[in-house]
Amino acid sequence: MSESRQSWGRYPAIHQSSESLQWRDELPARLAQWQPGLPFGRGRSYGDVCLAHNQRLLDMSSLNRVIAFDRHQGRIRAEAGISLYDLLTVMVPAGWFLPVVPGTGHATLGGAIANDVHGKNHHRNGTFGCHIERLALWREGQLLECSASDNPALFQATIGGLGLTGYILWAEIRLQAVSTSQIDAITHRFHNLDDFFDLADQYDSSHEYGVAWLDCLASGKDRGRGVYFAGQHARYAEPSRWRPLPLGMPLTPPLSLVNPLSLRAFNYLYWHTKPARPTLARGPYQPYFFPLDSISHWNRMYGPRGFQQYQCVIPSAHEREAIASLLDAIAEARQGSFLAVLKRCGDVPSPGLLSFPMAGTSLALDFPSPQRLQPLFERLDAIVRDAGGRLYPAKDAHMQADDFRHFYPRWQDVEQWRDQHIQSLFWQRVTQ
Amino acid sequence: MNRILIIGATSAIAAACAREWLGRGPCRFVLVGRNEERLQQLQQDLQARGAEQVDCLTLDLGDTSRHGIVIAEASQRLGQIDIALVAPGTLPDQNRCQQDASVAVQEFSTNATAVISLLTPLANQLEQQRCGSLAVISSVAGDRGRASNYLYGAAKAALSAFTSGLMARLAKSGVAVTLIKPGFVRTPMTAGLPLPEKLVATPEQVARQIVEGVQRRRTCLYTPGFWRYIMLIIRLIPDVIFRRLSL
Repeated sequence: MSESRQSWGRYPAIHQSSESLQWRDELPARLAQWQPGLPFGRGRSYGDVCLAHNQRLLDMSSLNRVIAFDRHQGRIRAEAGISLYDLLTVMVPAGWFLPVVPGTGHATLGGAIANDVHGKNHHRNGTFGCHIERLALWREGQLLECSASDNPALFQATIGGLGLTGYILWAEIRLQAVSTSQIDAITHRFHNLDDFFDLADQYDSSHEYGVAWLDCLASGKDRGRGVYFAGQHARYAEPSRWRPLPLGMPLTPPLSLVNPLSLRAFNYLYWHTKPARPTLARGPYQPYFFPLDSISHWNRMYGPRGFQQYQCVIPSAHEREAIASLLDAIAEARQGSFLAVLKRCGDVPSPGLLSFPMAGTSLALDFPSPQRLQPLFERLDAIVRDAGGRLYPAKDAHMQADDFRHFYPRWQDVEQWRDQHIQSLFWQRVTQ
Repeated sequence: MNRILIIGATSAIAAACAREWLGRGPCRFVLVGRNEERLQQLQQDLQARGAEQVDCLTLDLGDTSRHGIVIAEASQRLGQIDIALVAPGTLPDQNRCQQDASVAVQEFSTNATAVISLLTPLANQLEQQRCGSLAVISSVAGDRGRASNYLYGAAKAALSAFTSGLMARLAKSGVAVTLIKPGFVRTPMTAGLPLPEKLVATPEQVARQIVEGVQRRRTCLYTPGFWRYIMLIIRLIPDVIFRRLSL
């Protein structure tokens, strides 16, 4: 049964159909018969990196088996379609954790590699790709095992390679040891951007994880207010079982529920309901890492027209001024977002060629009405460009080709390694 | 600990059930299926997810002479069968079955005769144990023969009636039998069919309901549950109208 697919932002709304791969050995036959243009995980990238030029996707999400789990060394080898959430469920009871966790547990292992995702501990552990020991890639009729020593150039091109170098069948990850499944998290409210940067300096040296939410609609004396969440794995904890509330958006409302009024109310309440003094609390890892996953299909909230996320990173040298200018431009345009997320990134290099983070600060925001964002995004792009920053392909639906080539000078190496049968709409847009 | 025998283990629903059981407590498995390599992949997955022990037995369902041996082997490896899930089957091409009687007989045999042959020693084993649960996956298609796939429907009707008889017989020995009737499920078996997307469930959703149904010793389980009402309506349609419908 071929199914219709969209990216997480549901924009651009280009019809795509997918067929599902159930077993590794079926791949060659399925490629010949369905002729897909791109591997597809669970569609958690926002823009068009997960959409195929020929509108035919190969859904890898049923390839979700664990192949081997070494409980002593902390290595796990699993098929590419397994979700990070599922991987954690397997490893956490054995005292292991993924070294890098992005903001959703629904992303797949293959997708995490292809987008070289990062998490709240980028300043310590770098990107997801830094922890891949080995992977198996089917490209142009052969199965190749790649690692830092075997097919190293292809290994590098595949990490952050946006799925273009072939079909990742499985990968092996080096894990980090944890003593419990709980996170000790500090919730720390701050009043302006300078406070954020001070807090990031302070917590980055003492804590493994750190991220901040920012009220991008607050102006005047409240401009730049937000909440910092620092965290680390609890050394001690009582055993607990986490049960998500069955929340979700069962259907897409005809109009976006995200509008200036609801945004202002949400942001106001969010900030004011957080404790005035820094508060330490211990809790399960799921709500700390994946706060939005508890509302399934939250993207439907934006209505049938979808939304766009804007995520950029600004190098340390210019972060204070550039982030302030970005926030000013957004406030002026009155096109804010529920969740503006600020995150300090570190300088751990990724083996990948198109890795997004750099030492500095990353800002991410969701915007409703993706069709009307062009003028604002042009302004934001100019600020990012002038500050020497860059945009994140996994979230992108608007980046100019010139900007992309400037942000990612090694794109041509990836183009050289691209499987000739694979092409995404994103890649077509930024390289042709 | 649950000692679980799964026949037709590489089917998407069966594999999802295995994980669901494992998520609820310690398990030991014997997996029976045709494709050895795929059984091994499943075995590795269940072991990595914490199964105490996973054994694989290869069996081509058409080879009825081996059914008794395989059941004996499985029950010996497990010591006792706490749960047996029988999930074999193919989805025949109705058109080919209409054109070619040998295809029709072959498909009927795979989906009904062979399963009945397997269920016979399995039921005897459970009866002898005087404990355990048996779950048999049939289909909503067995509730009424429809023009679009009545060969499959006929085979599943036979399987449903057989299982219902087993249920009554084994109740006297304290063995619970659950007849499972899934509706449309997103599996390789339904790949390529134009199904109404809103009515299609995932193997994981169906597996959760099956595992719960078996635990509660339900006798008949439509999954997802709304199929009970859809099939009730389909069964109630008078023939005069039914013969004009393209269902």
